[in-house]
Order: sequence, then C-alpha cells, then structure tokens
Amino acid sequence: MRQLKSFAFAATLMAAGLSGMANQAQAQAKEQFFPLLVYRTGAYAPNGTPWANGKQDYIKLINARDGGINGVKITFEECETGYATDKGVECYERLKGKGASLIDPQATGITFALTDKVPNDKIPLVTLGYGLSASQDGNVFKWNFPLMGSYWTAADMLIQHIAKKEGGFDKLKGKKIAIVYHDSPFGKEPMPLLDERQKMHGFELVKIPVTAPGVEQKSAWLQVRQQRPDYVLLWGWGVMNSTALKEAQATGYPREKMYGVWWSGAEPDVKDVGEGAKGYNALALNGYGQSPKVIQEILKHVHGKGQGTGPKEEVGSVLYSRGLIIQMLGIEAVRRAQERFGKGKVMTGEQVRWGLENLALDQKKLDALGFTGIMRPLSTSCADHMGSTSARVHTWDGSKWNFSSDWLQADEQIIKPMVKAGADKYAGEKKLTRRTPEDCQS
Amino acid sequence: MLYRENGQFKSSYRADQQILPIRQDRIAMALLLLVAFVVVPLSAPEYWFRAILTPFLILSLAALGLNILVGYCGQISLGTGAFMAVGAYAAYNFQVRVEGMPLIASLLLGGLCSTVVGVLFGVPSLRIKGLYLAVATLAAQFFVDWSALRLKWVTNGSDSGSVSVAGLQVFGIPIESPAAKYLFCLSFVVVFALLAKNLVRSNIGREWMAMRDMDVAAAVIGIRPVYAKLTAFAVSAFIVGVAGGLWGFIHLGAWEPAAFNIDRSFQLLFMVIIGGLGSIMGGFLGAAFIVLLPLLLDRLPAMLGIPMSTAMSSHLTSMVFGALIVFFLIVEPHGLARLWATAKEKLRLWPFPH
Repeated sequence: MRQLKSFAFAATLMAAGLSGMANQAQAQAKEQFFPLLVYRTGAYAPNGTPWANGKQDYIKLINARDGGINGVKITFEECETGYATDKGVECYERLKGKGASLIDPQATGITFALTDKVPNDKIPLVTLGYGLSASQDGNVFKWNFPLMGSYWTAADMLIQHIAKKEGGFDKLKGKKIAIVYHDSPFGKEPMPLLDERQKMHGFELVKIPVTAPGVEQKSAWLQVRQQRPDYVLLWGWGVMNSTALKEAQATGYPREKMYGVWWSGAEPDVKDVGEGAKGYNALALNGYGQSPKVIQEILKHVHGKGQGTGPKEEVGSVLYSRGLIIQMLGIEAVRRAQERFGKGKVMTGEQVRWGLENLALDQKKLDALGFTGIMRPLSTSCADHMGSTSARVHTWDGSKWNFSSDWLQADEQIIKPMVKAGADKYAGEKKLTRRTPEDCQS
Repeated sequence: MLYRENGQFKSSYRADQQILPIRQDRIAMALLLLVAFVVVPLSAPEYWFRAILTPFLILSLAALGLNILVGYCGQISLGTGAFMAVGAYAAYNFQVRVEGMPLIASLLLGGLCSTVVGVLFGVPSLRIKGLYLAVATLAAQFFVDWSALRLKWVTNGSDSGSVSVAGLQVFGIPIESPAAKYLFCLSFVVVFALLAKNLVRSNIGREWMAMRDMDVAAAVIGIRPVYAKLTAFAVSAFIVGVAGGLWGFIHLGAWEPAAFNIDRSFQLLFMVIIGGLGSIMGGFLGAAFIVLLPLLLDRLPAMLGIPMSTAMSSHLTSMVFGALIVFFLIVEPHGLARLWATAKEKLRLWPFPH
C-alpha cells in the first residue's frame, strides 16, 4: 500500500507540474524576451559557460544602465541543452511559447534541427561564427543569420594565413595539411571549402576524425605522427581542444604548426595545458580583454552591484566577449527594428528579422557601444546575412593569448559561388524559391 | 467497489481471450483513446505537442520494440539506438531517392531495413547470451554510428552528415502542424501496440517467453531457438526502426548520427527496465518516467519560486532523477508496470481486502 501511495503521489506531482508548465508557456511577456539556450553541464561546459555568462551580463547591463531598449525592458530565461539536439529542440519549443523573437542555439547540431522549424514560427536564428555556412545567402535562408563568419570563411582564412607563412599560394603545392576534427556536422562543415582550396593549390589534405566528445584521440595523433603533416588544423570544441593539445605534446608535434578554428582558441582550451600549448595558434573571431569600454561598464554596472553572472575574473575572456557580441547584435537588431516599426514597442520575430537584415554598425556606432577593439564594423543586407568575414590569428605564449596576424578576410571569389551553390541545393531539396526584392522589404 | 468484475460472465472462448477482460478496463481504454485522439488535439498547447507528447509517443514505441527483445525474449540489447538510426536513415534514403514515395511506405521500408540489420546482429545470440550478447549488440551500435558518419550514400552525400526532410504528407494531408504530427505518431503507436500485444499473446510470443525463461527446456519441448530468437530480433528491430524513422522525420526534422548514439540505447534500456520487463504497458510508463520526469524536475525550482542557476538545477535534476531510479527499482524491481498491476489487484478487492 505504501508503494502505491508513493506512486500515486509521484503521479499527482507530475500531473500538477505539467499543467503548471502549460500555463506558464501560455503567458505572454510584455517585455522583449530573449531565450538563452546554454550548456553549463556536460563535456562542452568549460566553453559553453563563459559564452552563456557574457550573453546574460550584456542583457543585465542594458537593463541596469539604459533601462532596456528605448524603454523596453529585456527579460530572458535560460534552458540547459547539454549540447544535445533533442534537448535543444525541447528548449526551443518551451521558450518559443514565451514570445521569443530571436534565438541563438549555441550548437551546430541544434541549428540544423531548428533551420526547418524557424520559418514556420517566424523566429530568426542567429548562429554567430557557426551553423550552416551556406545560410549566408539570405535570399534562400530567410531566417538564418551566420553573423560575422562561418566555417567556410574560417577555413579559408586559415589556408590564406598558412600560405602567407609559406610565402605564397604556389608554395603550398606538395605540402601536407591535416585537419583533426570533431566528427559531427560541426567538424565536417569546413570540408567543402578545404577540398576546393586543395584542388586550387595542390596541397594534400588529410582528414582525421575524432569521435565526440573528443577525449579519446590516441589513434588520431598516431595518424598525425605517421603522416607528418606540415600543418595541423584543429576543429574541436570543449574538452576536445585541450586533449588535442596534450596529445600533440605527447606526440611531439610542434604546436607552432597547429592552427585552431575560433572555437578552439579560448582560455579553457589551453589553460590546463599551459606551457605545453605554447606556440599554438588559433583564429580569433573577436577581440577580448578587460580594457574595452563595454567590459568596464559591465564591471561597474553589473558585477559592481553583485549582479554578475559567473566569476569576475572571467569577464572579458575570449568566449565571454563573444557572448557579449552575440547579445549586442541581437539587441541592436531590436533597436534597428524599433527605428522602423515604432520606438519603445516590443518587436516580433519578423520585425527583428528585418532589423538583423539591416544592421549597419560602423566604427562610430561600435565606439559608442563600447565595442572598440572587440569587433570590426558589420553591415548586413537581405542577400548577405553574414555582414563581415574577418578574423585574426592569435598565439598562446604559455600564459595568455597574443594577436599574431593582421585582420584576415575570407576570399569572396571562392566563398560566394560555394554559398550560392549550397543555397541552391538546399532550395531545390526543400522546393523553395528565392526571395523577391519586395520580400526583402517585409 | 467500482472496479470489480462481479457479474461479468464469459460464455465464449472469444470473450475469454480478449485483451481487456474486465468491462471497466474496456471503458477506461475507450476513454483514454477518446482523450488521446480527440480531446488532446483540440486542447493541448503547442509546447505540449512538440516537446512532450510527440517525443513521448515515439520513445514509447521504441521502448515497446525493445521490450519484445529484452522483456519477452530475454536477449539483452544495447544496439537499440543503432536500429533506430537504420530505420531513420533508410527511410530518409527511400524518401529522397525515390520520387513520390509515400511517407508511410518509406517509414515502413525503413523499419524493414532495420529488421534485416537486426536479424544480422541477432545471429550471435544463437551462441552467446546474457551480458555477452549485450556486448555483442554494442557492435551494432558502433557499426551503425561509423557508417552514418563515414559512408556518403547513407546521408545522401550531405557534406556535414546532417540530413533533413520537409514537406511531409499523407494522402495529401500535410504533416506539419504540431497536432497533425502528434496524431500521426499516435496512430502508429496505437496500431503497433495492438499488434505487439497480440503477438506476445500468440504462440510466437509464448515461444519467446519460453526462450527467455529457460532456453534448454524450451528446445527440449520442440521450440526452435533459431526461429524464436531471430523472430524476436526481427520484430523488435522493425518496431524500433519505425520509431527511429518517426524520431528523425516527425520529431527532429533534421538529424545527425549523434541523435541515435549510445546514450539513446541506454536511455531505451532504462525505460524498459524501469517501465517493466515483459509488459506492453511498461514501455509507455518507462518512457513517461524517463522523458517527462527530467523535464518536470528541471522546471520545479523555477515553478516553486526558488532562484537557482541553470547549471545547478540541471545537476540537481540528474541527481534526483538518479535517486528516483534507484528508489523505484528497490521498491519494485519489476518496474512501474508491476506497480500498476498491483494497484489494479488492490482496487479489485477494495474496500474488503483479505
């Protein structure tokens, strides 16, 4: 009988809770609501946490300092995805019901699953520096925004940088470049571009997959040892990065010859390896450090009042700053949309999409926002949902990152036709037609 | 008092053999189906359809399939995720490569492909059993993971290994709205649950159970182990494969091999164990426990107004959930289905227990 009672109790609790959930989902917020999909647990948590903290702190800053966007208060709710696609879909569905007008899923896998859902729900999908590379083509991917860069631009910049080091593209002939990648859509996205570059310059591309989450890399680095590539590109995330650096150290592969994507070049990736990662290079999509004005403002208005998310020392780290940028772009999109659809109003997903499509952040605007040195000017359009394609290379000196290259720019000549072909293929599969100029104004 | 079978006499074998012998059960089942097919589609909010009901139904179906293998035939399998993946990817290939392929046909063909793979990986069960077999079925998991990641034709040449489907329809009715997706899955689940229930009551089901309880004795009385074991693998893989197709097509819409990784296999095995081995109902209860409870636990601090960080509540969910699993298995090792059966027994005697 006691068993029965406890079972009945659990069942009642469950039923009560679930009905509560439904009520909550139905309640519409009067404020501008930002759903925050995060992963603070699991194998990717070391990298996911600072990113998520940055996003939250920027919202808190805008609320505390400016009282919201033109008077519209910003609310947010976090949902833990654990980097799992099905959990991400659940989070999206849950938070969508609260009036989400923009979503940043923080994972390439979740992006793929949501790409088909957002057009129906009319919610723009911001995938800063990740996601589907072909979605730069806003004429087909009306709701996707791979702002600032995609895996294709990243791969392109890395090859350019290596060519410069070698003294020109013609010197790449006969060279061997290996890519050690996370065996998931995230790691495979850059392949079409690398294949293209391989054909153009005649280097040999060696693809070495690492099974997710990437803690087991012995065989991958055995292959590196056998193949002796001239360069190793690292396409990892979370624990995979530090493991790769430790394996490189154990294998004796020179870290100076290793180049990571911008998801492999933050503090959590190298800190544990310390001296062992000395000389390792990675792309830096954004600037960082505690000196920019916006960071100072956050330290003053948010952390200074004990409202900060996460530890204070982490403020201004690479991924934290990236979180700031993502949130800033989202908020600026709302601000831009308000300029057209009415200041001081809550913007819908469709209106925010227009805002994202018409972002015009020049240097002056960035200075005013306090983002000087953190990012470069960015302007989007109906056809170009990326806005800018530049990044720098930075190198770990054993205790901190230092920039080691000028701004690099992806080669439009190569990227453009690939984006168009990719978008056309997608449109063909989904039986979509390209958007008309009138549609761009909507 | 209300739940008693006094006065319900059976005068034919047919009546004696029906699935629900008690009138109250039949009424309850009819009501349940009425609610599921009519009331829920009219009243539930979108979040329920998309994030709770549809995944619950699909994973129930997968657990049902696995239960046939593990619960009824006693062959422990850790390759369920693989069979789901085979079903999903095969259905995807039928859908994109064959022009005008109906949705239901591609899902069922996906299930058939999964059957073939299931039987192939079931062959070792003729020589090895128990934990050894579980390890052997792991091979299926690794093999399918590997082929979905490496073989280009499995993903129809997708660069990233992620595939997606769109424009699903059945007889011209689009399966796009949340309610339509839910009803589509519900129909599959009801049909398969009925088939499975009848299958386990038939001679083949009794062969499976004889195999499970003592294979040597079963062979002595004339049951062919090859036939019994391989049919269990086949039926189980078919149902699991269809569930995989539904998971990819209906629930996710776009998926990558990680959607069917080893975690999924474990999750389904836990569902079957917690729900109740050798019970059709168990699949549903187990799925409810594993799918719904973490969702609820995750939200509980917020609903009770306790401020808690996302990471903390996520860790707490795992801890409470783990503790609950242990608790249930100690209180009732035969799973939730057994608790349910006990409750029904008690109700039949109530209010005069003896």
